[in-house]
Amino acid sequence: MTETTLNLKLKVWRQKNPEDKGHFETYQAERISTDMSFLEMLDVVNEKLILDGKEPIAFEHDCREGICGSCGAVVNGLAHGPQKGTTLCQLHMRHFKDGQTLVIEPFRAKAFPVLKDLVVDRSALERIIEAGGYISVNTGSAPEANNLPVPPQNSELSMDAAACIGCGACVAACPNASAMLFVGAKISHLVLLPQGKPEAARRALSLLRKMDELGFGNCSNERECEAVCPKEISISNIARFNREFIKASFGSTEE
Amino acid sequence: MKLDSKIPGGPLESKWDRYRFELKLVNPANKRKFEIIVVGTGLAGASASASLAELGYSVKTFCIHDTARRAHSIAAQGGINAAKNYPGDGDSIQRLFYDTIKGGDFRAREANVYRLAQISNQIIDQCVAQGVPFAREYAGLLSNRSFGGAQVSRTFYARGQTGQQLLLGAYGAMMRQVNAGRVTMFPRRDLVDLVVINGQARGIVVRNLVTGELESYAAHAVVLATGGYGNVFYLSTNGASSNVNAAWRAYKNGALFANPSFTQIHPTCIPVHGTYQSKLTLMSESLRNDGRVWVPKNPGDTRPPDRIPESERNYFLESKYPSFGNLVPRDVASRNVKQVCDQGLGVGPTKYAVYLDLRDAIRRDGVAVVQKKYGNLFQMYERITGQSPWELPMMIYPAVHYTMGGLWVDYDLMSNIPGLFVLGECNFSDHGANRLGASALMQGLADGYFIIPYTIGGYLAGTRIPDVGQDHDAFKESINQVSKILERLLSIRGNHTPSYFHRELGRILWEYVGMSRDEVGMTKAKEMISRLRDEFWQSLTVPGSRKDLNQTLERANRVTDFLEFAELMVDDALSREESCGCHFNVAFQTQEHEALRMDETCSYVAAWEYQGEGKAAALHREPLRFEYVELATRSYK
Ligand SMILES: Cc1cc2nc3c(=O)[nH]c(=O)nc-3n(C[C@H](O)[C@H](O)[C@H](O)COP(=O)(O)OP(=O)(O)OC[C@H]3O[C@@H](n4cnc5c(N)ncnc54)[C@H](O)[C@@H]3O)c2cc1C
Ligand code: FES
Repeated sequence: MTETTLNLKLKVWRQKNPEDKGHFETYQAERISTDMSFLEMLDVVNEKLILDGKEPIAFEHDCREGICGSCGAVVNGLAHGPQKGTTLCQLHMRHFKDGQTLVIEPFRAKAFPVLKDLVVDRSALERIIEAGGYISVNTGSAPEANNLPVPPQNSELSMDAAACIGCGACVAACPNASAMLFVGAKISHLVLLPQGKPEAARRALSLLRKMDELGFGNCSNERECEAVCPKEISISNIARFNREFIKASFGSTEE
Repeated sequence: MKLDSKIPGGPLESKWDRYRFELKLVNPANKRKFEIIVVGTGLAGASASASLAELGYSVKTFCIHDTARRAHSIAAQGGINAAKNYPGDGDSIQRLFYDTIKGGDFRAREANVYRLAQISNQIIDQCVAQGVPFAREYAGLLSNRSFGGAQVSRTFYARGQTGQQLLLGAYGAMMRQVNAGRVTMFPRRDLVDLVVINGQARGIVVRNLVTGELESYAAHAVVLATGGYGNVFYLSTNGASSNVNAAWRAYKNGALFANPSFTQIHPTCIPVHGTYQSKLTLMSESLRNDGRVWVPKNPGDTRPPDRIPESERNYFLESKYPSFGNLVPRDVASRNVKQVCDQGLGVGPTKYAVYLDLRDAIRRDGVAVVQKKYGNLFQMYERITGQSPWELPMMIYPAVHYTMGGLWVDYDLMSNIPGLFVLGECNFSDHGANRLGASALMQGLADGYFIIPYTIGGYLAGTRIPDVGQDHDAFKESINQVSKILERLLSIRGNHTPSYFHRELGRILWEYVGMSRDEVGMTKAKEMISRLRDEFWQSLTVPGSRKDLNQTLERANRVTDFLEFAELMVDDALSREESCGCHFNVAFQTQEHEALRMDETCSYVAAWEYQGEGKAAALHREPLRFEYVELATRSYK
């Protein structure tokens, strides 16, 4: 921890509410310690705004350790900023240079309306999960856990996909505002486990249908989602989802 | 007031069975007519919402976050305990029960803890069936590791993201019920009042965090699962939105607050490094499986750690506690870390840190094995500190982590207000004066999946609950009162932000009501808190309006209650004339500086009752009776 300080120029998207058109405002962030996280830097700017009687920049955050998926903004064109595999709250100021200008905007997508400043409504992701992103088992009806061995390699692959924090960066980064990485990760998490197999076909169909309905775009293999994913979730999960979908479409008796 | 814990009769092993057999049942056809409010969607709230809806109740579920899945349970790293005894190393329900009672320094109820140990195994079955990708052995069976305060390996885990995976399981189960129309979700709502009508909990008032509107919701029963209040210390391992508001407003409506001063300070966190710092990050206890805690033997040894030879290192936990070594319980580990730093043996720029060293494990097991077990923790450490634990040992220091105290509940997990149930970290029930690692996840899920579905049924079937709608005057009155508080916060227009007061409050508590407490300090803290509160109401500033998304107002509202609650914490610590678990009063210690319990006078749960604005709270004592375990001095030597 060799601490130095930086002075930065911030151009931040300010928008009062969903109806407001919004605009950029410029702020100086002064004497920012390189040990601070990006959100701590915003805290410093906000404390000053509050003391000046102005409304601080609204942004979402909670755990500040990269796991809850609350935080997120586009920094200089990149969702969650320039550091690979890192959420905005875990991005530290040591990765920036003195005098740099940072342009900070909300995640933008048709399915994510801006509520205020950097806060967007990501509830469309919730609607997708609601449509079937789970295994249907009632409390109390589960068999003894070790009666169902799972090959560790499957369990590991499943965990890779289950690591998704639902931040929505993949949607924000995709030129088509597609949620395929998010959905692919959920499908993979469940279908790689024997418990998730019985409902696989129904799940694939209903999640895809819901995604279309909510105004998310299609996947055209741009790979931007994978590049910004703070949990480095692989697009091979999208391929797995496509395979599941094809299997389901052929075998389905639903429609 | 007489506190009735409603512990069923009969032998310990059969109390829960007997309870369930004697329970009044709700006719399945009637369940739909019962409305239940659940506040909170962490492990406790999400599992409760799902299970109650599966039974057929109409559930309304509320949380602060934009989605249920962001509750702070998501951040739990290390694991969840269960008495499966898969490794065959001598575990049993009895042993998990005993370890938990002993770990809590004999300040928890036997019957509640025994039930928890009994249910533990079902939780694992349930989570596996939901698709929680727990770690597995080569043959595909579930894998375990060890946590503090236990000599068996009973912790189940999903890499360093156990809480996340368990929460996604519970969240999925709840979303399935949303889809089925039996749970209605209300995200971005902040509970601002509990509504009690004719002595029964009948609803809540929440602030819609997007529009700022105050909204009323009525129900037949209210379940609070709003988590812990560790953030009263400002710096903690909790998420920013963790609060005491919900519990405190229930308290002000008559619910008893139990053991408010029982706060867990976790030994292994990344040390504080700047005044701008907004949170402290936990380094999972699982690291103590393989990590060795040490300081240089000579004070002022400024050599880098890798240049300090073995003979000049003091592995102080291993030498003081040979049988548990680095895996002593958290309170013991934290206190010892503080002691060595107070003696001037600490390391790092502030000298308030010790080494947590995995060098020997890396040499013994190889990089690949260590990477698999702890890779993500190493990465997190490096991201925050800019230093790689592969090259130099981590530096750690204790930080506020968990609150054993919470709203008082009986065996039914019901508070003294009929119809108000309290689950998860928000209640006080199972961990006594110190919680063992990997037991909070177990408790939250036991409460939500397996206890509340029974106990709430007993209440609904056996109680006359008149019809009440959200147009009842009690809701209007509550909205009036809350509006006044919010208006007042906005109208001060002083020169300090809410964070300023929060940070100051944290400093006072950390200094005087933290790892070591004494009467003079605590008395001083009380005065300081009261002065800070006056200053808050004179010089706070909150821009913006209350009819809008206003994060500064949200924060101010949290700090308002923290400032009131902090005083109760101090009262509680002052009134407990002993040391036990996390509560270390320097006047009560053994010659070896271990906590000295006073079982004759202090074997009780302290339950505090609100007496009105500006009046001292009343203390009620629920005596703890130990029929199955022998009260012993805790020893981890
Ligand atoms: C960093 C960290 C690591 C941990 N690791 C472990 C571990 O490895 N093993 C273990 O057993 N335990 C661990 N714990 C402890 C454990 O995670 C928590 O005790 C447990 O998850 C709490 O669950 P809960 O459901 O009671 O509350 P939470 O998960 O905190 O959920 C609280 C819920 O209530 C809502 N809420 C709160 N206040 C309000 C309000 N005023 N109005 C409306 N809604 C509200 C929130 O939105 C949220 O949905 C850890 C804790 C931390 C902080
Ligand atoms: S604040 Fe939780 S992931 Fe960033």
